[in-house]
Amino acid sequence: MSDTRTAAPDAASVLEAARLVLERDLTLALRRRGQLVQPLAFFVIVTTLFPLAISPELARLREVAAGVLWVAALLASLLALEFLFRDDAYDGTLEQYALSGQPLTGLMFAKTAAHWLLTGLPLALMAPLAALSLGAPPDAVPGIVASVAVGTIALSLIGSIGAALTLGLRRSGVLLALLTLPLSLPVLIFGARASELAIHGEPYVAPLELLAALAVLGITLAPLASAAAVRISLE
Amino acid sequence: MSWTWFHRLASPPHIYRLAQRLTPWFAWPAGALILAALYGGLVLAPPDYQQGDGFRIIYMHAPSAWMSLMVYTTMAVAAAVALIWRMKVAHAVAASCAPIGASFTIAALVTGSLWGEPMWGTWWEWDPRLTSELILLFLYLGYMGLRGAIEDPQRADRTSAVLAVVGIVNVPIIHYSVTWWNSLHQAPSVMRLGKPTLSTPMLVPLLMMMLGFTLFFVAVLLVRLRGEILVRERSASWIREVLST
Amino acid sequence: MPREGLEVENLHLWRGEHHVLRGVGFALPRGGCLHVTGPNGAGKTSLLRAACGLLYPESGRLLWDGRDVHEDLPTFHSVLMYIGHEAPLKADLSARENLRYWIGTRRRIGRDTLGAALQRVGATAWSERPARTLSAGQRRRVALAALSLLLVPLWLLDEPTTNLDAEGQQLVGTLIEEHLARGGLVLAATHHELPLPRSRVQRLELTHE
Repeated sequence: MSDTRTAAPDAASVLEAARLVLERDLTLALRRRGQLVQPLAFFVIVTTLFPLAISPELARLREVAAGVLWVAALLASLLALEFLFRDDAYDGTLEQYALSGQPLTGLMFAKTAAHWLLTGLPLALMAPLAALSLGAPPDAVPGIVASVAVGTIALSLIGSIGAALTLGLRRSGVLLALLTLPLSLPVLIFGARASELAIHGEPYVAPLELLAALAVLGITLAPLASAAAVRISLE
Repeated sequence: MSWTWFHRLASPPHIYRLAQRLTPWFAWPAGALILAALYGGLVLAPPDYQQGDGFRIIYMHAPSAWMSLMVYTTMAVAAAVALIWRMKVAHAVAASCAPIGASFTIAALVTGSLWGEPMWGTWWEWDPRLTSELILLFLYLGYMGLRGAIEDPQRADRTSAVLAVVGIVNVPIIHYSVTWWNSLHQAPSVMRLGKPTLSTPMLVPLLMMMLGFTLFFVAVLLVRLRGEILVRERSASWIREVLST
Repeated sequence: MPREGLEVENLHLWRGEHHVLRGVGFALPRGGCLHVTGPNGAGKTSLLRAACGLLYPESGRLLWDGRDVHEDLPTFHSVLMYIGHEAPLKADLSARENLRYWIGTRRRIGRDTLGAALQRVGATAWSERPARTLSAGQRRRVALAALSLLLVPLWLLDEPTTNLDAEGQQLVGTLIEEHLARGGLVLAATHHELPLPRSRVQRLELTHE
């Protein structure tokens, strides 16, 4: 402590700090499995509603399968967003992160990564099941998994901004949807297109690349915005 | 030195008086330009050879659509300035922009739908420009909803400012993706809401109308800004001076 | 010659319509302890949060070693530790895990260091229990362990003695005294007395109006 202007020799680097934040969120989620399963169950139920509402004919369902899949995935990932920062804001963890001397952007990125691992990735693995039940051919599975996996990265990042902006508000659920859904529109368009092409057995690389571009843009910009919003919420 | 100048310029009483003085300089030319453009567009300009008189709604639709984007940009720039330099007046500008921009967006949607009826035979078509305009309306509503939901005024200012900046980054992406989406599903026979090829007597009123709408926006913004400043500074002593004179 | 330590000059802070801090100022040198007192709502917590750079003051300056902290907040944050009146513990993690994830974002700590800190605050017996089963006083002790693990110069403590038994309060006193002897600085807000000899403590009284 002799010199306060230089960091201590055993100071943790940003990467170490981010890794711990990620590990912590994953550990917590595994101890609260109920919250983990909710978005998945929601996704399955919503995709099951469509055959009942439209028709049991697979040929007709196949026409709308990509759209159904993506709207359900969008809503399911939205459902999990409310919990992203809420508990950490409530118990003072975010405050400690903001005062840790580490770039808050990096820690926000780690939290968003945890959110994707806990909702986006399971949704991507679940999506083929839903797609098959809506009449998609088995050949479409790789394309659907890839598009949902990449698309949900962008969704988690956009959602992290919305979740940070609505921190500490009562009845934040509807507002969160109002803020997040319009911003998620490009992901919906490109994602549904990639899945649709995959279902029809056509090359789906172009929209997948556009999805990946959105994800990269999100990775660079979204943590900055959510860190700024979190700092404001602590004021 | 430059900072004292900057702060004097940005101080609420100064901006309030400036807004008061400038309003007529924008309001009167706006009124004159809009009236002249209406006469030029509805009376002087010849009917379009394809769309007949139906095309004349462009004199309301195009300037409204143009303003809806321009107001959003103004709002985002004001929000960014307010965030970076912690400038209270810029927050007031951003807050004043939102309802004006939302109104222009609604005007663009309504006129677009009115124009669509004679062209497509339906009141709503998933035309890329109308769709983008609809999403823009959602962005405005989200901004106003967020601002309204936060009780602490400083937090409301700063949080909604972050949203405005995030929104402006997304506007071009949304526009591009909607255009791309529409080009995939476009049936070739459907006519787009395109600009008809405009001859000079048709074009001049349109440009006048756009300028008139811009001046009108500035005038309304100045009036709303004064209202915002009055609410925000209601406990300050200079307010009583201003209101008593 | 920049003065060492924390200096607060003429701090003004509004919360909405409410003028919370009206020109607060003090200088806290190395090895100094400032006890902020005052009735509820006098702005003790706001002062602490402004002093660690969470709240941005309307006017006034905050200097660390003679430099305005708002010019480089991350550097300032890396020399301070702020503990609010609630320890930031997750109910589903044990005391030990909570400490590891909390302090680990700032400093590399081994198992042994962690164990020693837990022992110091008398937490060894219940350090593996989920934090949801801990009492308010036990949660406070975990926060004290965090404080002793992170050897940063500036401590900002909001109600450090609340919920602690006599022995726990004495522990707070000992930790603070050790810290001051190392040349550390302590800014503590509480309407209780601090468990320290009066000669070691400066006082700052906040009032309404």
